[in-house]
Amino acid sequence: MAEPEQLVVEAERQAAAATTLDELSAVRTAMTGKRSPLVVARKALGDMEPDARKQAGQALNAAKASIDEILSAREAELSAAARAEKLAAERLDLTEVTEQPTSGHLHVITQTWQELEDVFVGMGYRVAEGPEIESEWYNFGALNFPLGHPARDMYDTLYVDYGEPGTTLLRTHTSPVQARVMENQEPPIYVVAPGRCFRQDTADATHMPVFHQIEGLVVDRDTTLGDLAGTIEAFTAAYFGPGFTSRLRPSYFPFTEPSAEFDIQRPDGTWLELGGCGMVHPNVFEACGIDPEQWQGFAFGFGIDRLALIRFGIDDLRELWTNDIRFLGQF
Amino acid sequence: MKVLLSWLREFAPDIDGDPEHLAEVLADLGLAVEELSHVGRGLDGIVIAEVLATRPHPDADRIHLVDVDAGDGEALQVCCGAFNMAVGDLVPLATVGTTMPNGIEIARRKMRGEWSNGMLCSGAEIGMGDDHEGILILEQGLSLGVPLAEALGIHPDVLFDLEVNPNRPDAMSVMGVARDLAARLGVPFSVAVPDVDEAGTPAAERASVSIAAPDFCQRFGVRVLDNVPSGASPRWMANRLLAVGQRPINAVVDLSNYVMFELGQPNHTYDLDLVPGGELGVRMAHRGEELFTLDGTARALTTYDGVIVNRDDEAIGLAGVMGGASTEISADTRSVLLEAAWWDPMTIARTARRLGLRSEASARFERGADPEIIPMALDRFAELAATLGSTTSPGMIDANGNRPESITVRVRSPRVNSILGTDLSIGEMTGLLEPIGFACETGGDSQDFNVTIPSWRLDSATEIDVIEEVGRLHGFSKIARTVPVTEQAGALTPQQQDRRRVRELLAGMGISEAMPLPFLAPGDLARAGLGDDGITVTNPLVAEESIMRTSLRPGLLKAVAYNAARRTTGVSLFEIGRVNPGGGGDLPDEGEHLAVILAGQEATAATTLWRRLARHLTVTRTGVVNGPEDGLHPGRSGQVLADGQPVGALGEIDPQVLDAYEIDERVAWLEVDLGALLEADRALAPYQAPSRYPSSDVDLAFTVSDEVSADEVSATIAEAGGELLASVALFDVFRSDQLGEGHRSLAFTLRFEAPDRTLNDAEVAKARQSCIDAVTNSHNASLRG
Repeated sequence: MAEPEQLVVEAERQAAAATTLDELSAVRTAMTGKRSPLVVARKALGDMEPDARKQAGQALNAAKASIDEILSAREAELSAAARAEKLAAERLDLTEVTEQPTSGHLHVITQTWQELEDVFVGMGYRVAEGPEIESEWYNFGALNFPLGHPARDMYDTLYVDYGEPGTTLLRTHTSPVQARVMENQEPPIYVVAPGRCFRQDTADATHMPVFHQIEGLVVDRDTTLGDLAGTIEAFTAAYFGPGFTSRLRPSYFPFTEPSAEFDIQRPDGTWLELGGCGMVHPNVFEACGIDPEQWQGFAFGFGIDRLALIRFGIDDLRELWTNDIRFLGQF
Repeated sequence: MKVLLSWLREFAPDIDGDPEHLAEVLADLGLAVEELSHVGRGLDGIVIAEVLATRPHPDADRIHLVDVDAGDGEALQVCCGAFNMAVGDLVPLATVGTTMPNGIEIARRKMRGEWSNGMLCSGAEIGMGDDHEGILILEQGLSLGVPLAEALGIHPDVLFDLEVNPNRPDAMSVMGVARDLAARLGVPFSVAVPDVDEAGTPAAERASVSIAAPDFCQRFGVRVLDNVPSGASPRWMANRLLAVGQRPINAVVDLSNYVMFELGQPNHTYDLDLVPGGELGVRMAHRGEELFTLDGTARALTTYDGVIVNRDDEAIGLAGVMGGASTEISADTRSVLLEAAWWDPMTIARTARRLGLRSEASARFERGADPEIIPMALDRFAELAATLGSTTSPGMIDANGNRPESITVRVRSPRVNSILGTDLSIGEMTGLLEPIGFACETGGDSQDFNVTIPSWRLDSATEIDVIEEVGRLHGFSKIARTVPVTEQAGALTPQQQDRRRVRELLAGMGISEAMPLPFLAPGDLARAGLGDDGITVTNPLVAEESIMRTSLRPGLLKAVAYNAARRTTGVSLFEIGRVNPGGGGDLPDEGEHLAVILAGQEATAATTLWRRLARHLTVTRTGVVNGPEDGLHPGRSGQVLADGQPVGALGEIDPQVLDAYEIDERVAWLEVDLGALLEADRALAPYQAPSRYPSSDVDLAFTVSDEVSADEVSATIAEAGGELLASVALFDVFRSDQLGEGHRSLAFTLRFEAPDRTLNDAEVAKARQSCIDAVTNSHNASLRG
């Protein structure tokens, strides 16, 4: 029988020679299996003198431990190589994709609309809605535009063939929602009303016969013009960001008094005329069943479309309506 | 409304300072400055020249050659693009080396081979009026070579172009703007009383006025003037009129305009010789009555128009809007009746709008002129006319209709502060109101005070009107800003949140949101297979925008066609928008629809989409019922159910409709009534803990007639499978000759499980057999081996 040390050397040699896990398995059988010299030598120990047996046994155990270690190490090497080979064979170019991404996009008007809603919801407002085909009463009458009033001419109104002539129209502003909310809700009222509006207009870069506005209405016990100015300022900071401020300039709308235009000043000092606002006119309160001696309020409104153009750097309103996927897909 | 700084200073000499600052003050008063310009500047180098000859340019049609004499007797050649001058005309010449007001420097240069030694100027180029077209032709008699500014008496001035709101009748005059500005600046404001020398027969013996429409005409003042000038108005007056955009005509017309701009009172002159007995009357027109107005047009009148009539009750003027041709001033006119009257604003607005005759005068009457300014306006006219040689008959005729009392308003000072958010004392309030003519009367310890509204503020009549004036003069910008605090939690309604979820879901599925115009052209709906047109717009600008939609389909079909025409096929779009099918109530039954268009896809793509949507919204009792729908492929369309009720349709667009919209690909379609869908019963199924025991899968394939929908078979299996059936899913469909015509194979995977045990083979076999029996019995189907 070979010396145990020689068996270790032999195991080392054969393990190194094995190039696959199967070959290594055969080596393991040859070196440590039932008929391996190591096991045979062990069986022979019983015939030896006690002292010699002890010495030879220790030698065999040490050799066995060394051989196991050699085989395990080689097995780890070979399985790592096998795994690496499998992975290498599965290599994939991750840009090798034929399916085109189909990402859907929300319209820029929707995105702007939702952003505006979110700013006001954050300020404690609810969101109200009203019909696009509206009655003359809600669009004008309830808002302190008497019949035949020249101020009605400021709105190039489109009428529809429904009911008595002149009674039904495409709302020219979102302000009728104010009247509807006041009729249906006890104050205090804190609402905004985004919506689609219409006017008799020829489409060009800055005009469309259809456009979108957002209206705000607050009715509470002691609401003041200072509250209105503060609210516009808070909105300006929230929506446009730091460095933007606002101002109110006296103006005229039949449904508010005092009335004002509000402008936004950009950080570079230039102005953006944004919308109209004012304190709810007592006649409007009365038309909607609210006692103007008990309640005070303000309203404001401005266009959504122009804000969308500014936000996304679009220079022509008509682009919003083409539905060209090359336009829609950019935002 | 354009005002010159120098003119404002005639009422308030201490108005001063940086023009930019004054513009900001005006804006803060509610008189937004649309444009601030400096006039009479940059005229150095522009001289008077006479046209000696004009000749065509040999190589150009758009310009010609003009020889002018700039004072040295030499002919100087200039190339000019305007053709309105004649030999002998005096024109402004910008000499070589001049820097024009717009910054352009004039050099000697060749234009198409011909030398141009300067430039002839239009009125607009030198700040004299708005005319860009022609060269400004100057009056005769000016010395050649003299600087234009010197010859015309032009001084540097500042012009404010103001945007005047409908509630500011007072700001339609130089005087009114000066009053506001002086009040804010805290400088004195005064109106000089005109000085009129009277002579001859009293006016009352030469003219009379009778008012038969006293509500329409509250006041009618007349003066009689003789020896009225027939020539041009003085240069200083012409310059001012030009600067504010009014072309000078002749002395009488210019005087009239000048007084109107200055005091806000429109006025009119009649040739006295053409008014029998000097008798004027006012009445409403008769129906169908006709009047030749100054512009030579015959106007058919209505009973809503007011007219001036002569002794014979013949209409000789359209009150407040335009004079009549029959009494027009001419070069022969020696004596005039000068009218200054107050007309009902609404009547004037209606007449001017109906006849398309809006003018500077009607704009002032529409807002409400000042009835108290009438005598002063007549006097101012007479005073200015006297400087041109006119004489004035003693006295004026002052006829009155129904003149309302002046209005006094009780103002509660706490209310003022409560509305404005200010803390002003009564003294501060009256200090703001008095300078603009709102006379205040305070009483002792009272918190209230009385305010008498000035006659020039017809818009103002109630406490809130006065509060607005206090706020305006105080300055909105000085009011402390506060943000009201509400206890209400801001939120979207569930429906508004769901709308957002639908949008996000669809976008997440690769579908982009479109925004087609909501207007349709006549026939658009029919082309989309949707029957008659909906509600029509009665006054559309174009017929293509005259129909309100009843469906989102035409708009999205157009969008797909638009993209296909630009070589993008297979477009997927959706829209959420209002539709108006009509109805019988006070307003149409407006609804909100959701529509999805999937170009290049088959009908079942719409079914898949609908199922995802319904599941996302947890709609219950949903379904698709095969059957023809308007405008959809008759064999590939169906109804959509939510909560068991129809809420829309899906399928593929009818090929005939696709042809009409010039679309070459298959197009899958889904349109639902979003309002109905979101209101339908929506609930999650009751929670069930996932079973901890293994499940068993069974595949079953049936041969089923095409008349039976896969959904129906699936529903039968679901019912028959009972509690043990955890799910059933269609996984394969095929047709073949062996199955026979009108039949196909439907293969389902059934998963069985129990919450409390592992099912044994016998239990699964029994459940499987129940499902097979139910399908074969209910649907005349057979199990495929």
